Amino acid sequence: MLRKIAVPTIAILIFLGLWELLVYVNGWPNYKMASPSDLPPAYGRYSHLFIEMGWQTLWRTVAGLLLAVLVGTFIGMLMGFSQIMRDALYPLLVGFNAIPKATLVPVISLIFIGAHDFNTILMAFMISFFPIAVSVGIGLSTLEPEYRDILRSLGASKVTIFLKIALPKTLPEFFGALKVSVTLAFIGTNLVEIISPHQRGLGALFKSGETNGDYPLMFAVLIALAVLGILLYYAVVLLEKIFAGWAERPAS
Amino acid sequence: MDNLIDIKGVSHAYQTAAGPLPVLDGLNMAVPEGEFCAVVGPSGCGKSTLTRLVAGLMKPDTGEVWLHGELVKSPRKTVGMAFQNPVLLEWRTILQNVILPLEIVAPSMPKAQKEARAHELLDLVGLNGFANKRPSELSGGMRQRASLCRSIVHKPDVLIMDEPFGALDAFTREDLWQTMRDLRAQEPFTAVLITHDLRESVFLGDQVIVMSGRPAHAQYTLKVDLPADRTIESLYTPEATEMLHILREQIQIAQGRAPEVH
Repeated sequence: MLRKIAVPTIAILIFLGLWELLVYVNGWPNYKMASPSDLPPAYGRYSHLFIEMGWQTLWRTVAGLLLAVLVGTFIGMLMGFSQIMRDALYPLLVGFNAIPKATLVPVISLIFIGAHDFNTILMAFMISFFPIAVSVGIGLSTLEPEYRDILRSLGASKVTIFLKIALPKTLPEFFGALKVSVTLAFIGTNLVEIISPHQRGLGALFKSGETNGDYPLMFAVLIALAVLGILLYYAVVLLEKIFAGWAERPAS
Repeated sequence: MDNLIDIKGVSHAYQTAAGPLPVLDGLNMAVPEGEFCAVVGPSGCGKSTLTRLVAGLMKPDTGEVWLHGELVKSPRKTVGMAFQNPVLLEWRTILQNVILPLEIVAPSMPKAQKEARAHELLDLVGLNGFANKRPSELSGGMRQRASLCRSIVHKPDVLIMDEPFGALDAFTREDLWQTMRDLRAQEPFTAVLITHDLRESVFLGDQVIVMSGRPAHAQYTLKVDLPADRTIESLYTPEATEMLHILREQIQIAQGRAPEVH
């Protein structure tokens, strides 16, 4: 347990040390690249903004992610249970996923003018539902027929078979996809916050740092985003341990 | 004695891209109540189709399948199934896996009663100490034992097995034959066993049905005249050897080859 915390902590400290060294050796000024030692003052000066805007980014990302889970699972179920839906939806989904989401920011900003929270959540959702839909779809469509047959031969309903077998069996794939989606959702949220800033979220804080030439602030935002990403990622890992811990093989 | 399973003139074809693929053609067979019927035949002769028909998982193009004097049109709660793949649910313990059919068939049964029933069967197959283990912690043979417990936990009239021992090594397989024999002594059920192993069919079966090549019908029926309490050693008696010879010959005919002379 101690090792589990110590190893990544040491890795992060080494990373910060190398970063500091890189800036120091090259003698880079703050406006070229800030160093880790510039960050605490930046956090100190704007701590209330980091808390306020960090929260805005976090809740909108989580909301987008929840939406992605609901819609992604639903689309995955459609594709998992029906060959026709699979044939129909795959090209659409792949095509949609191939569109750089940055190009969609002005589009949705124009459609939903002023609805900043909604736009941000929508973008977080759009960028993160794809892995979930695909993995749930694959998980369900590759369910061995015998699994279904043992319950179907007893006269179990489709819903029962789904709840007792298909759903739990797909959980490991689902959580694998969710880990990818977590970080994607942050990218979605920040895209909107940076490209179409409404003075909300860490993206807007980043933008204001850029406008004012406050480079340590910009780097501080990047690190804050990384920290939020790590937190949310490990929240998913915790959920995975609770609901799909059985999939983990005991270490031999 | 009444026939528990009656298959009358069943023909079936699968629709494939290359046109219809007939697998069964005028199959007739009958299994009296309490009898163990082993079915052997060349690969791809529709044996698995037969299990799905008896289980009510699919309907034949023509012909009828009767269970207990009732025409089978859909799945029935009185059937148990076991496959080559033990298909245990990895997120459940062995005990919870064995209980699964009871959750469907007898949802109102108290949990303690379900568990007592599962323990009783796990005892019979020698898995008592493993009730709270997960399937991934068990060997292949143990998983198959658990799978057998699950297939009979709800006291089905008919146990349908599709090569349940096919993926096991030879010694484990013989162990499981004996487990199967002991289970039968404790728990009366009628069984249909699909197998590729002629010794298995003779050891477990009261009758052995040889299916012809595809599209299949029942080509030959062998009554196994060995005592109910047979042992692996019984397979080395002259009677058993003679039966194995006959079955082998029939399989070669089913495969469309001239039988070897023995």
